[in-house]
Amino acid sequence: MAEIEIKNLHKSFGEFVAVKNSNLIIENKEFFVLLGPSGCGKTTTLRMIAGLELPTSGNIYLDKEDVGYLRASQRDIAFVFQLFALYPHMNVRNNLAFPLKMQKLSRSEVDAKVLEAAKLLRIDHLLKSKVSSLAGGDRQRVALGRALVRRPKAFLMDEPLGTLDAEFRELMCLELRKLHDDIDATTVYVTHDQQEAMSMADRIAVMNEGVVLQADSPKVIYNKPKTKFVANFIGSPGMNFIPIKEKISPSQSSIKLLDSSLNIPEQKEGTDSNENFLGVRPENLKLVSENGVKGNVFGVEYLGSRKILTIETQLGNIKIRVDSDTQVNINEQIQFDTLNNNQIIFDGSNDKALQSEFMS
Amino acid sequence: MDTSRSPLEATGFSRKLAATIIIVYMIVTLIPITWMVATSFKSVDSAISYPPEVFFEPSLEGYVNLFTNRSRQPKDYLDSLPPPDTWYEELVRSREMVITGPSKFLPRYSNSLIIGFGATFFSVFLGSLAAYALSRFKVPLKDDLLFFILSTRMFPPIAVAVPIFIMYRKLGLGDTHVGMIILYTVVNLSLSVWLLKGFMDEIPREYEEAAMIDGYSRMQAFFKVVLPQATTGIAATAIFCMIFSWNEYAFAVLLTQFNAQTAPPFIPTIIGEGGLDWPAIGAGTTLFLIPVMIFTVVLRKHLLRGITFGAVRK
Repeated sequence: MAEIEIKNLHKSFGEFVAVKNSNLIIENKEFFVLLGPSGCGKTTTLRMIAGLELPTSGNIYLDKEDVGYLRASQRDIAFVFQLFALYPHMNVRNNLAFPLKMQKLSRSEVDAKVLEAAKLLRIDHLLKSKVSSLAGGDRQRVALGRALVRRPKAFLMDEPLGTLDAEFRELMCLELRKLHDDIDATTVYVTHDQQEAMSMADRIAVMNEGVVLQADSPKVIYNKPKTKFVANFIGSPGMNFIPIKEKISPSQSSIKLLDSSLNIPEQKEGTDSNENFLGVRPENLKLVSENGVKGNVFGVEYLGSRKILTIETQLGNIKIRVDSDTQVNINEQIQFDTLNNNQIIFDGSNDKALQSEFMS
Repeated sequence: MDTSRSPLEATGFSRKLAATIIIVYMIVTLIPITWMVATSFKSVDSAISYPPEVFFEPSLEGYVNLFTNRSRQPKDYLDSLPPPDTWYEELVRSREMVITGPSKFLPRYSNSLIIGFGATFFSVFLGSLAAYALSRFKVPLKDDLLFFILSTRMFPPIAVAVPIFIMYRKLGLGDTHVGMIILYTVVNLSLSVWLLKGFMDEIPREYEEAAMIDGYSRMQAFFKVVLPQATTGIAATAIFCMIFSWNEYAFAVLLTQFNAQTAPPFIPTIIGEGGLDWPAIGAGTTLFLIPVMIFTVVLRKHLLRGITFGAVRK
């Protein structure tokens, strides 16, 4: 298995820049997820690692070997496509054996490896089936089988669960993660679905507009986002951003909000700008009976285990997560306050999070 | 009202109407073919009798005449010969003739087979390579190139007969199999490139990408993964190319004479005693129909899908 390192990787298609000078290190045996909205460059990055696109500039190292400009066939990696790309004119066995046929193995070796992969994925009873007769989940397993049958250095997966229905997707998430652990693989997984990313990844890289904004564990990405984009993109709903009209200075530990003041974690950095943002996650706010920020209930979303309230306030619309048995009506006047002291201040000039007691 | 039927299904009346139209159309198209096949089994006299004979005594005279050259001999010479060994010799003797040798039909027919299948093979092979390239790669001036390829069929090919005739004479390609295969391939290529490009566009790139990641070169991926999925398109294209090359008459008359003459210019020149030998012509035409018919029937199931392919999203 392998370590993948991306150095100053850049890709442009004519005028359009898909990936901007990105750097990443994907460690051996890591389940690494590239997450971002469509068009953010995550698939292009993956395709460059695979060798399906050549970088405009920069390098890709696979186990310290520069493979950035080699052919896909010379890289010893496997790729699982969103639409599986199973060869419809071959049965399951031949689909699985296809990557092995280039490796000059004897027939019995090929058969043994195919059977081993099929057993691992519990599709050994389907070997003689036609691909077109398989259900979505089984097709997915065949696609995975074709990827792992020759034990490549790394697995690259491009939204492999995208076409499965929701119920099945959760099951496959678990299976994929288990498979990854069982065979000690290094996996790079592309998705736009944060739930998939959070549930499977060792580390997530959030990308937007061709730039890697942050690469960290799911917990760090969620709790300590380094930019406003990451804070908003991760979590459903995303983080609340409350405009603050004051300059932040280092060691500051409270801010003015409307008429009152709010304690914040002690800041370690300041801003030049007077327009900054206070970031609070919806679950870090609570309803209070007095001394809180006043607002009107604008919307209530019932989500089973919880409710998301949208509150109209002088500070803009703010979302709060409450227990689902909390009784609130639309247009009701309510007050709310922060639950704990883990707010993040974002610099209004560049949307970056400031270092603070909490962030470090 | 019958509610068990889906409103999208045809009603009894429109089904009957459709069946009627198909039957009428079938009769109209089949009458000449039936007449031709019937003529091939008539005797020379019966073929030209008036009023035409719908019911007649079948004879293989046409087929015998098609495959042999004969000469008329005086009765006493015929009597001096040993008795005929075969049924066809007997048939010829009864017309007071002897077989002098095989006719040129078989060589012409095999020329047709060689040139027809050869041109079809190259049209489809080269066409699929070009179609793949035009479908997948950034080719400079791609749209202009495609339009140019199409424009070669905007005039009837025979319009360029004179330059081709001169060119072929200079190059020594006149009356050769290679020359005819090249000519028919070139004429068919535009159709083949355009048809196949449509099919190639429909095949997701992921297939060849998967194969290339699995260690195959692009060429290997093309042959092992892309082509097998284009069989429908290839079959449909092959039928069209085959029908053209098989039936082509004008260039064959112009460019072939002895060595590479195909069946179409040969068949109408079968002359019997005192005029055209209609049963032999009928026999030649009937035999001429068979390969293209078999070819079409074999590839038939692809053809229908091929023609409607891409018209409806899957």
